[in-house]
Amino acid sequence: MSKKNWPLFEVFIRSRQGLSHKHVGSLHATDAEMAIENARDVYTRRQEGESIWVVPASEITASSPDEKDSMYDPANDKIYRHPTFYDLPDELKHM
Amino acid sequence: MEQQEKFEYILRLGDNSLILGQRLGEWCGHGPALEEDIALTNISLDLIGQARSFLDYAGKVEGNGRDEDQLAFFRDVRQYRNVILLEQPNGHFGDTIARQFLYDHYSFLLYSELMKSADEQLVAIAAKSIKEVTYHRRHSSEWMIRLGDGTEESKVKIQESLNYLWNYSGEMLTPDSLDKKALAAGIGVDLEKIAKHWHANVADVLAQATLDLPESGWMHSGGKKGVHSEHLGFLLAEMQHIPRSYPDAKW
Repeated sequence: MSKKNWPLFEVFIRSRQGLSHKHVGSLHATDAEMAIENARDVYTRRQEGESIWVVPASEITASSPDEKDSMYDPANDKIYRHPTFYDLPDELKHM
Repeated sequence: MEQQEKFEYILRLGDNSLILGQRLGEWCGHGPALEEDIALTNISLDLIGQARSFLDYAGKVEGNGRDEDQLAFFRDVRQYRNVILLEQPNGHFGDTIARQFLYDHYSFLLYSELMKSADEQLVAIAAKSIKEVTYHRRHSSEWMIRLGDGTEESKVKIQESLNYLWNYSGEMLTPDSLDKKALAAGIGVDLEKIAKHWHANVADVLAQATLDLPESGWMHSGGKKGVHSEHLGFLLAEMQHIPRSYPDAKW
């Protein structure tokens, strides 16, 4: 058997209407259409989803852990950016 | 149509699902990739679920108190009514996909027609199963296209698998006297109509897969009447070994 793997895809699944797609894992597939089918089998066997996105892992650009300080720390002391002073009504779910 | 004949007709439906489900289950832990391992065993579970519904109903129609387990585990080769195609060994992945492709295109049309049956229970089973087999058909067709229109090696191999298994495809598509009786009684499906659509749909996918449509010549048959190939006995031995050794065992 060939040792060469199929390309890697990252899988995002929306579990219910109104929620956003969430990263659930990755898998190998010959191409994007097959990745959707594989994702259906691997990640939605127990009714976890109603919509699937797959993205070639090679197409993802990620931030570097080395830049953590300059990227995220400056937001720490700006408390006024957080909407923590509002009371949300109970009917508002998934905020 | 007499109850015994109706029983036989439902057995054919159930045994097709059961035997193919058992065959696909053999891939568990042996798939060419983890993703495909899970896909094949998912399909296997769908098929075994369909078999349970049919065999449960067959037992009730027969009226001798046999339940789905007794029908699955305590019948011998000659009492099985599946078509011979489905008991053929898994072979390599291409063989399994080709077998699945030929059957999925049949079962999709079968359940589409069975939803118009006069028998409510068969309609209910067909309506539940059609969603499953729609996916099965997509899965095996996509693989036919990728293997056919893939590398030189995959093309040669899948064409060989297809040519070999093609001679087993006629049995499920050709009505015998029981099929005709079931159709006349309003219970069964019109296999001649299904065969026509089947040939068109299969030819369409094979064209996309750049594969040659095999020539239809002499076809294997016999399974519907209980005359099977040598492979079914081994399959049943594995499937039935535990319940026959411990007939009253409970989980």
